[in-house]
Amino acid sequence: MNKNSKPGLSIVSSAALAAAIAMAFVAPAAPAAERLPVVVQELVAPPAVPPRITRTTPAKVVVNLTVEEVEREIAPGTRYTFWTFGGTVPGKMIRVREGDTVELHLQNLAGNKLPHNIDLHSVTGPGGGAAQTLIAPGNEAEFTFKALAPGLYVYHCATAPVGMHVANGMYGMILVEPAEGMAPVDHEYYVMQGDFYTTGQYRAGGLQNFDMQKAIDEKPTYVVFNGADGALTGANALKAKAGESVRMFFGVGGPNITSSFHVIGTIFDKVYTEGGKHFQENVQTTMVPTGGSTIVEFTPRVPGELVLVDHSLTRAFNKGAIGMISVTGEERPEIYAKGIKRPLPADAPMLAAKPSTTPAPAPVPAVKAAKATGAVPTVKAVARAPAPAAAPAPATHLRARAVYDANCSACHQPDGKGVPGVFPPLANSDFFQQRPYEMAHIVLNGRSGELVVNGEHYNGVMPPQDLSDDDIAAVINYISTDMNNGKPVLDAAKVREMRAARSK
Amino acid sequence: MGRAAVRLAAAFAAALVASGGAWAEPAYRLLPGGTLRSVLPDDAAGADVTVAPFQLRERPVSNAEFRAFVARSPDWARGQAPSLFAGPSYLAALADGADDAPVTHVSWHAAAAYCASEGARLPRWHEWEFAAAADATRADARDDPAWLATILAWYSAPGSKVPGAIGQGAPNVYGIHDLHGLQWEWVEDFNGLFVDADSRAGQGKRQLAFCGAGAVSLADRRNYAILMRVALLAALDSNHDGARLGFRCAR
Repeated sequence: MNKNSKPGLSIVSSAALAAAIAMAFVAPAAPAAERLPVVVQELVAPPAVPPRITRTTPAKVVVNLTVEEVEREIAPGTRYTFWTFGGTVPGKMIRVREGDTVELHLQNLAGNKLPHNIDLHSVTGPGGGAAQTLIAPGNEAEFTFKALAPGLYVYHCATAPVGMHVANGMYGMILVEPAEGMAPVDHEYYVMQGDFYTTGQYRAGGLQNFDMQKAIDEKPTYVVFNGADGALTGANALKAKAGESVRMFFGVGGPNITSSFHVIGTIFDKVYTEGGKHFQENVQTTMVPTGGSTIVEFTPRVPGELVLVDHSLTRAFNKGAIGMISVTGEERPEIYAKGIKRPLPADAPMLAAKPSTTPAPAPVPAVKAAKATGAVPTVKAVARAPAPAAAPAPATHLRARAVYDANCSACHQPDGKGVPGVFPPLANSDFFQQRPYEMAHIVLNGRSGELVVNGEHYNGVMPPQDLSDDDIAAVINYISTDMNNGKPVLDAAKVREMRAARSK
Repeated sequence: MGRAAVRLAAAFAAALVASGGAWAEPAYRLLPGGTLRSVLPDDAAGADVTVAPFQLRERPVSNAEFRAFVARSPDWARGQAPSLFAGPSYLAALADGADDAPVTHVSWHAAAAYCASEGARLPRWHEWEFAAAADATRADARDDPAWLATILAWYSAPGSKVPGAIGQGAPNVYGIHDLHGLQWEWVEDFNGLFVDADSRAGQGKRQLAFCGAGAVSLADRRNYAILMRVALLAALDSNHDGARLGFRCAR
């Protein structure tokens, strides 16, 4: 009690005052609280959300939220110690109704190392529950508040140093549904963006420590959705059918980086700006502050991949802020047509641009030769490269695929088939099979100018890719084994050699 | 309360009697004291605090030492200490703890009683902070980001392991071991750190534990490693204990 006493008040008088206040408030309030039906909050892992509330009267909602310090992957092959609410980043979503009384039990597990607490932005009162819930490992705090105002609110740990607690994943959201309820939709998803600061660079492997200086400088290594690079891609992609309505509860935990939240390939029908009461219609990109939220509703109309991004795009392209919604259903060309691509007519005006100074590409196999080889790789072509003895470990393989998805798939397509005439294929590619080392060279140094792959002419520009030696070797081997039916063709040491040769 | 106080006094007396007995004298080191740029400054203006010369125990109290204390003062055994002074998990790890590992799951009252049995007391926060500012070669290493990063790395390691043996690393410049990287430690005035006697400060300093409010009253906001110590102490009551919470004594 004396810890809470204010300056100028003696311990005794503050205790007496607190007791008097407690008696004054508890006496009339207790009978009302007893009449409320008790509901225990169902907690589910994101991107799932607890079910829509169909109650039409207030309840007392009991929330049992654990604090868990866990080590897990922040990117394939990269581990990090997360501090979490309920074991997940973001923390488990809490869903209550306007006017409900929330009885929150925060449990700091005995195996944890650090003190934690919770500040819910849905609380009306100083600290949002922070002072009431500050607990050391092995303790539980109970805190009750009334959800006065409907909206979508961020909650987070507010223990010093607060930036570090949030940077390690201690945030989540509480939805206070309006008393009149929310319209049913086909899918509800829960996504939060957060920035992470590791001592190693983006996707450097192994266990990474928190980098205090990067956090203070607000220079994140990762900006990701739902706590990991790839948490919402590949097999983890969100799902919907064309024509189904989707509601997404989107928030930004931060601690520092706001989001220009955008879903490539759709237009938001409604955006409840900043998670509040009113909605805007037909929105492309909505700004979400750190410690803030938005509710977006949209209906995918045609099949394909919709891509969640922070439209501050190097975060999406270089720091992991990418998610996918996989949409199935019937093609509807009247809404979304297939494209037609053709060369310009021979008499079309040339650009006055300076001609490329890049030396002519090394001789490529004649069209006929390539066609003769067909799609099946020749053993001879692959065998020319000295293959490392062992097949790649599963983790390396997973990592390689992640590197591919993040760096190659946007142009060369997820299946490696490329785009005819624009981006050369990597899968079943005669060029790749015959010259895997040159492929590594291109990844390392970039390339522009003419190129013939599987008999088709290409004349584009590929920028050098900022990847580690390990990652270049891994991704080239991945393309060889998974897309060209070949063997691993090189290792990181070889790439290091090539890099050294370049800098001479 | 009255009965408990009597029992505490009895324990204290028993400890004093026992101290006449023969056991290895724990090593204390003299620290010179001086002015300290504390994360919890003396006043709202962020003035340096003055730390008087004091002696600090070279090593945290070990399981072996605490077992010997409990043998001398059975009132402080697990299940014997009054609940006002010790919670249900008090000394939960003592029976199975390695002799050379620090004692954990110890309440503030028990730690204070132990120190009294050595003719000492718990260190005050500013004394602990003064000692903990030093690394192996410098009295104040806190401006060295590499050193801070080393300390922070301990917090990055998941907390599933109990503290290992005492004294595995190099001592700091004062010859003190394990102020960082092993465990949390009680301080004598943990309970008074956040009450500001100066009403000009406005908000009580307890608010520093929370969110942006901490930025108002903290003097050294970059020292995350020390801030976490403060936050932990703020989260404790005097009968609490923890799997990584131990102590050392001062005099």
